[in-house]
Formats: sequence, C-alpha cells, structure tokens
Amino acid sequence: MDFSQIFTYMYAEIALIAVIVTVFLYDLISGKRGRRFFHPVMCVLMTAFIAATIVPYHDGTGETFGGMFVYTPVFNILKGILAVGTLIVFLQADSWLRRDDTEFKRGEFYVLTLSTLLGMYFMISAGHFLMFFLGMELASVPMACLVAFDKYKNNSAEAGAKYILSALFASGLMLFGISFFYGTCGTLYFNDMTAHIDGSPLQIMAMVFFFSGLGFKISLVPFHLWTADTYQGAPTSVTSYLSVISKGAAAFALMVILMKVFAPMVHDWQLMLWIVIVLSITVANLFALRQKDLKRFLAFSSISQAGYIMLAVISGSAIGMTSLIFYILVYMAANLAAFGVIGTVEQNSGGKVGMDDYNGFYRTNPKLAVVMMLALFSLAGIPPFAGFFSKFFIFAAAFEQGFHILVFIALINTVISLYYYLLVVKAMFINRNDSPIAAFRSDCSTRIGLLVCLAGVLVLGIVSSVYDCINMFSFGM
Amino acid sequence: MIPMEYYLIVSTIMMFVGIYGFFTRRNLLAMLISVELMLNSVDINFVVFNRFLFPGQLEGFFFTMFAIGISAAETAVAIAIIINIYRNVRNIQVKNLKNMKW
Repeated sequence: MDFSQIFTYMYAEIALIAVIVTVFLYDLISGKRGRRFFHPVMCVLMTAFIAATIVPYHDGTGETFGGMFVYTPVFNILKGILAVGTLIVFLQADSWLRRDDTEFKRGEFYVLTLSTLLGMYFMISAGHFLMFFLGMELASVPMACLVAFDKYKNNSAEAGAKYILSALFASGLMLFGISFFYGTCGTLYFNDMTAHIDGSPLQIMAMVFFFSGLGFKISLVPFHLWTADTYQGAPTSVTSYLSVISKGAAAFALMVILMKVFAPMVHDWQLMLWIVIVLSITVANLFALRQKDLKRFLAFSSISQAGYIMLAVISGSAIGMTSLIFYILVYMAANLAAFGVIGTVEQNSGGKVGMDDYNGFYRTNPKLAVVMMLALFSLAGIPPFAGFFSKFFIFAAAFEQGFHILVFIALINTVISLYYYLLVVKAMFINRNDSPIAAFRSDCSTRIGLLVCLAGVLVLGIVSSVYDCINMFSFGM
Repeated sequence: MIPMEYYLIVSTIMMFVGIYGFFTRRNLLAMLISVELMLNSVDINFVVFNRFLFPGQLEGFFFTMFAIGISAAETAVAIAIIINIYRNVRNIQVKNLKNMKW
C-alpha cells in the first residue's frame, strides 16, 4: 500500500488528529496556571487548522485505504465550513467555560467537540458503509457526553439520557438496513454497490431502515422526538454545535449516499423524502408556535430548517449539492448568532431563557437585540439577508426537478415560520416589561463570535462569489 | 445444515423484540438492554449473510467486529449517563425524566 496517498488525501483528518492530540497534551501538562491561556491557545490552533485545510489541497478526486476514504474538493469545502462553525462555537463557549463548575473540564470540552468533528469528517468522506458507520458513531458518542456535560444539572443528565438512547436506537435501525444491503449486494463499497442495486422490495425496506437511522441524526419529523428535549437540556454552546454542525454534516452525508449509492432507486427515495419533508416543515412549525422557552423554540425551528435542507437533497442534482452547502453555511451563520445571543444572555442574567424574559430586551441591550433580530430574519428568509438567498436557491433546485407542489407547501410554511420568528422580535422590541434583563457587556470572545456570524448573515447573500465558488467545486463531484 | 432463512427469522425476531422492549420498558437499564438486543440481531445478520452467501470474503465478519466494539463504547457512555441520573434523582425510572416535555 502506498502511504504517500494517505497524506495527500487525508491531510485535513490528520491535521485534526494532530490538533486533538495537542489539546489533550496541553490539558494534561498545563496545570492550573496554563489553563488560563487555554482559550487563546485553542483559538490560535483552530485558526491555523482552518487556514491550513480550507482550500482544497488536491485537484480532482481520489481514494485511499482501498476505496474506504474518498476525497473530492467539494467535501473539503464543507469540512472547512464545519471547522469554521466549530471555531465560532468555541469563541461563544468561553464565558460558559469560565464558570467554576466547568473551568476544570475545559480541556474535555475541546477534545470531545473536536472528536465529534473528526467523526463528521470521516462520515462525509466515507466510501464504505463501515467507514460511514464508524464516523457517525464517532460523531454521536462524544456528543452524548457533551450533552450531559453539566453533570450536576438534572436537565442536562435527562437530555443526555434521551440523546444517547435515541442515538443507540437509531444506529440499531440503521445497521439493520445496512445488513440487508450487504445480503443483497455482497459488498458495502459505495462504488461497487450501485451495480447491484435494483430496487427489489428487500432493498427498499433496507433503505427505509437506513434512512430512519440517519433521520434521527438530522432530526426529521417522524424521528424528531428527542430533539427539543435534548436541545433544551444541553448547555447552550453544545446545543448550538448540535443544531448546526452535526445536522449539516449528516444532511450532506445523506445526500452523497442517496446520489451515489441509491441512484437506481431514485423514485423510491424521492417519494419517501417528499413525505418526510412535508411532515418535518409543517409539524415543526406548528410546534414552534407554542414554545415559551427560546432554546426549545429554536429546536423546533431547526427541525423545520432540516426539512428545508432536505429540499436540496430531494433534487439530487449538482445544483442541489451547491445549494445544500450554501444553505448549511448561511444557516450556520444565522443559528450560531441566535444561540450566541441566547448563551450570553443566559450567562449574564442567571439562566434566563424564557421568551417572556426577553420582553423589553431592546431597551437594555440594543446591540444584542439587533443581532438576534437579524439572525431571526435570516432564518425566516427575509430578502436582503443571506437566509433569503439560500432558501431561494434550494427552492429553485427542487422546482427544477419538478417538485412543484412540494415547493408550494414549503413556501406556505415559510410564511408560518415568519410569524413565530417575529414573535421573538416583537417580545424584544415592542412588549413592555417592568424588570427587563439588565444591561450587560458580553466578553470579548463572545463579541468576536457574534460579529463573525453577523457578517455572515449580512454579506453571504449579497456577495455572489461565495455561491459561485461552491458551485465551481460541486460540479466536480 | 440449517438453512439460512432460519437464522434470519431468529435475528428479525430479536430485532423487533428489541424495538418492542425499547418502547415498553420503563427502566433506563432495561431500555438499554433492549437496544443491545437490536444491535446483536444485526451482528447475526451480517455473519449469516457472509457465511452463506459470500463465503469467499470477510466483509460481514469485519463489520460485526466493529459493530460489537462500537456498541460496547456506546453502552459505556449510556451507563455513565444513567449512573449520573441515579446520582441526581436516586432513581432510573423513565417517569422521573419529565422536566422537559412538549
């Protein structure tokens, strides 16, 4: 076996493993005094990592480990986006990690988060179902530890139990599906499987099992029941990581598998996705209307956003792939901004996350209120902001493939979603409150994180070169 | 020799017993055991397919090995979380996990 190939194609993964080992060793030997500089060290490391890996380091596609690991430039773009999102989460998590009860666990937080990121990297560039499964589990097992990170809080433990049990159940279902694919195809390499896939009833059943396993990860509607509880109970920084990075990676991996492996069964999975999309968007919107807790509210909003992401998957075209990555990028900016505001308010106000607590928020903290408003506008898809363009591209991709009714239903749901996003804006700007959240100054690192997200919300849609750049690479897929 | 279908019947029954148990059990550990049953039924599937249909290769066996290893890791994390719940509420019945609903 030629080992030089491993370094050519797995460069990003190896760099990430190096970062993980460095962080682990730093946590081990730095001691109490060195740990004070952990946050700057971590940010520098992550920035260096992103700078070294975000530009596709190799033209064209390639395989290593006998086809288990696949490299294409478009995978690399998505991995870079996920790494940037992780850096933003780290920036926003700093004030939470400074608390006495989490200070000594800072290193664990970084190592666990980066391990899940590594798992997602492997999941995205898998070329074999075993690799895919290992990546998915590497992404979800440390995630359960992160969800239960606030060990003395009841809610966090409850959320962790709900997450790990549903994740186990989901991987059981997924493996059951994969086992029947093995029985009918005789191989689990993505490239070789396509020739054996003929849409027999057994394979359709296997695909449904496989899809339900992955649907748990993306939290689509029949499989979404863990989402709201886990999002509410988990620490806010973990929730933002879970809602954006993990969801985006799983959605992209699903699209790659559906397009690459299940291409002969395209009508079957399009029908299945059609039903799931309509359910996800509608049910999640209806539930989001009645939420009083902002984290829970954003959980339902993220379920409906997952439905929109699936609109890009159902198109199954190169344009769909581009708009999927663009949507993940824009969604990341908007959602991380919203969770960043919620997180910093929670830290500085003694744990207030209810929607009523935000009444009169604009009078005391005008800047944060404006950031939150812009993020929610982007999530809802109001024109000058990035969210409008990402939604537009996704609808265009699905419409082009002939899903007219589906796009129509999604459009109606955008209007419904506008209502509940504006409820929060109304609470912040119009509702009166005798004892609003007191004015506070968030720390420097949170502000940098919020500024990056805000720049993303404002700029990404207008600067079309971002979309063109992704588009250029995704046609090489 | 026992025909392949018999093994598949056993593994499918195991799978759905696991699903049934997961939905009906009210104790976190019992739910965990049910899930393990599901994961083990998958292992049977892989091994049987490999042994009967593709005896020349080892892909299914390898998958089984990895699946067993992964499920052990998952169980370890799940039990750690369950112990944590026990420390917090002195009980591991599902009915105590009701802080967050709807």
